[in-house]
Amino acid sequence: MALIELRGVDFSYNEMEAPALKNINLTVEAGEFVSIIGGNGSGKSTLAKLLNVLLVPSAGEVIIDGMNTADEENWLKIRQKIGMVFQNPDNQLVATRVEDDVAFGPENLGIPSPEIRKRVDKALEAVGMERFKDYPPHNLSGGQKQRVAIAGIIAMEPECIVLDEPTAMLDPQGRKEVMETIHFLNKEKGITIIHITHFMEETVGADRIIVMNQGSIHKTGSPLEIFREIDDLKKLGLDVPLVVEMAHELRKKGIKIPDILSINELVDSLCS
Amino acid sequence: MLIELKNVSHIYADDFQGTEALKNINLKIRDHEFIGLVGHTGSGKSTLVQLLNGLIKPSSGSVIIDGVNITEEKTGLLGIRRKIGLVFQYPEHQLFEETVFGDVAFGPRNLGLSEEEVEVRVRESLELVGLDYEEFKDRSPFNLSGGQQRKVAIAGVLAMKPEVLILDEPSAGLDPQGRQQLISLLEYLYNKKGMTIILVSHRMEEIAHLANRVIVMSEGEIIFDDNPAKVFSEVERIRELGLDLPEITEILWRLNRKGLKVRTDIFSLAEAVEEISRELRGSEIC
Repeated sequence: MALIELRGVDFSYNEMEAPALKNINLTVEAGEFVSIIGGNGSGKSTLAKLLNVLLVPSAGEVIIDGMNTADEENWLKIRQKIGMVFQNPDNQLVATRVEDDVAFGPENLGIPSPEIRKRVDKALEAVGMERFKDYPPHNLSGGQKQRVAIAGIIAMEPECIVLDEPTAMLDPQGRKEVMETIHFLNKEKGITIIHITHFMEETVGADRIIVMNQGSIHKTGSPLEIFREIDDLKKLGLDVPLVVEMAHELRKKGIKIPDILSINELVDSLCS
Repeated sequence: MLIELKNVSHIYADDFQGTEALKNINLKIRDHEFIGLVGHTGSGKSTLVQLLNGLIKPSSGSVIIDGVNITEEKTGLLGIRRKIGLVFQYPEHQLFEETVFGDVAFGPRNLGLSEEEVEVRVRESLELVGLDYEEFKDRSPFNLSGGQQRKVAIAGVLAMKPEVLILDEPSAGLDPQGRQQLISLLEYLYNKKGMTIILVSHRMEEIAHLANRVIVMSEGEIIFDDNPAKVFSEVERIRELGLDLPEITEILWRLNRKGLKVRTDIFSLAEAVEEISRELRGSEIC
């Protein structure tokens, strides 16, 4: 059974306006790392909010680990399975000390204190923030705050984390920290990751990319498959990583370059 | 219009550790420059930008704009803010009017312009940012997409007809198309409207592409102040400062280190592709 399954999902915020999502069919298996790209208004964030029942579909079904999000009795369990991280780290931190912030979620689940202690330590270690457990969150950098927000989610022991543009407000260093953290969680902890982003270069390490356009899934495929179709993406107002485009242009000049996704691969293929 | 900072230092009043957010900055910004201002979070960029527009006054030193020392007690700041427009980070968070028209008109109305003139300015500014006046003027800004809201906020600043435009991370959170539109707008304002532009951005490729002068800050000081080619040739130092290189520079630089002797002072994709293929044809070994 798939961890996440969407069957014929429509969603409208407002009956007067065009639906935000139209007939979405999608399956995500446990352990996958999925990136979602699409222009502003393509439906990415709406899709994310359907996964942990911040929204319920207008038509169709969202099934999380066998549980239908239409059934209110499932909501708490689903929200434990699917954690969400948003764009602005400042809006997600509530406590005056880092470790209190991370403990906030498990405390609300009514978990006994010794267990919370263990979870908080483990979660902070997983995001590399254990040294900061006594810090006030507002003294941290953007990347560190975002990692604390992720630790707060991990402490709930979710099977999947949905991140909606988690790096949009961060500087390059912060972006790198967050990307390394979520890849670590996926590979080492087996947490399923659904990562929404406008940074094309952040998606090259994903197992699968979903391209959204005007409320529909335009296509899905591996990064290599998706970024091979440069013109198609540009038509949707999207882009490909610069290094992929450079390789594409060099090929047009008759230079033989295999499929590449990173600067390292490009440099190696040109200098071998 | 000349902007000049003389021996400017700043410590925030609520910083009990007394960290200098700016340390003895001397800087001249002349008419029709396009300045890229870069630095790690906490490097002093935002403090500098707020000084330029009179939002904060420095702890010491002077800020002279168009011959007027704005750090003196009695100087009125309204005139300065009219000349120097500041687009904050996430400016759409400051939209507040019921209609797009009302929001963009807010500044011009405060200038005491006639309603006819206000309308002309709102129309012009909305068209500049690529929003159709008739289609958008009566809509609520809160029902627009994030990218459209950003445009309305920028139009509000442009409606003041500033001579200098300062933008703090204006492309953060925009999709690739929105980013491209913003870059085109800045090019237009600089080339066709003759504005002076100061762009704060973490996206080095934007800076390298647009700016003719790059100022790199770290820990309250100016580390580099030169043209993009010079600044981005300081590869090791830029990295030490925790900054990225423009991706094209990074690629060319790595190729160079592997023995492919390409130039590294190129910032456009087409030119870089030309340079690499030329060099590859020339040398068999790499």
